[in-house]
Amino acid sequence: MTSARLKPPVSERDHIQGSSDAPMTLVEYGDYECPHCAAAHAVIRQLQNKLGKQLRFVFRNFPLSQIHPHAEIAAEAAEAAGAQGKFWEMHDLLFENQLALDPNELVECATCLGLEPERFMADLNERTFAGRVSEDFRSGLRSGVNGTPTMFLNGMRHDGSWDYDTLLNSIQLELATLAQKKAG
Amino acid sequence: MEKKAAILPSGCKAPDFCLKTTPDQVVSLADFSGSPVVLVFYPADWSPVCGDELNLFNEAISEIQRYGARVLAVSVDNVWSHLAFTKACKFRFPLASDFEPKGQMAQSYGAYDRNAGVCGRALFLIDAAGVIRWSYLSPIGINPGVDGVLEALDDLGQSAKRKGAA
Repeated sequence: MTSARLKPPVSERDHIQGSSDAPMTLVEYGDYECPHCAAAHAVIRQLQNKLGKQLRFVFRNFPLSQIHPHAEIAAEAAEAAGAQGKFWEMHDLLFENQLALDPNELVECATCLGLEPERFMADLNERTFAGRVSEDFRSGLRSGVNGTPTMFLNGMRHDGSWDYDTLLNSIQLELATLAQKKAG
Repeated sequence: MEKKAAILPSGCKAPDFCLKTTPDQVVSLADFSGSPVVLVFYPADWSPVCGDELNLFNEAISEIQRYGARVLAVSVDNVWSHLAFTKACKFRFPLASDFEPKGQMAQSYGAYDRNAGVCGRALFLIDAAGVIRWSYLSPIGINPGVDGVLEALDDLGQSAKRKGAA
């Protein structure tokens, strides 16, 4: 719906880059096997470089398992890496090597990142993080996620295109409005 | 200003329908009696936003089934297109063909876009007794998501509970 709002709000359970003082929080619901999300990954990086401390970025899983057979295991792999302190490193690797998402290739990625391969494999085999991924997914459904990637700017769904210029424009507009409110 | 079709609001009795879902199967409102049904009108098989919208309902189907509800998607495409589209996207709910007379069901729900000659992007929640409990028309280019449907299902569950308590 057009009034789609992020539910639940960003909290400690989330994967967060940037400071909680940042005036703009961008939450992305994404799928590691979605080509659009891989393109959006580069856009997010550009926005982070441009906006620096003004931007806090949060990623939540939204694997479209029916059309992307590797999306779920890739999401669980990122969480398993997160359990060993390397969520963002795995997140970047997955989007950069999107064609290599088989379990064996995921273990290779984990080894590259210096993770304990046995623990990582056990987490994948036992589906340790399936619940966590499904929690993200269901929060996405409740928040009005309508495809991947779906972005939320300070809690409101961004319905425009997610290319760099459009997103930057929307963010700067919101930042200007916030600054005005603060000054007023 | 673009003139918006007035879709049937909450409280109306859902119009009956009888449409093909495959070359030799038909579906009617009575088939759903006893369980809530979510009607998803969409403009066209294969078009990018519709694909996204139906894929999303496909992923959300287990969440919707928790409420005992079922999903029926409707467009003016013919059954052969629906069959191929279903196979390609592995949809886990039927697609009904509002093909002949074209758009008749969509018109009865106020969900037909005459200018474009397709179904509008409208959603309806019909309760087990065949009454519309929630409806929403999204702009044609915007996938509405499933949050509205899930909230409406929550409300339906709560009002059923209240009724049970009274």
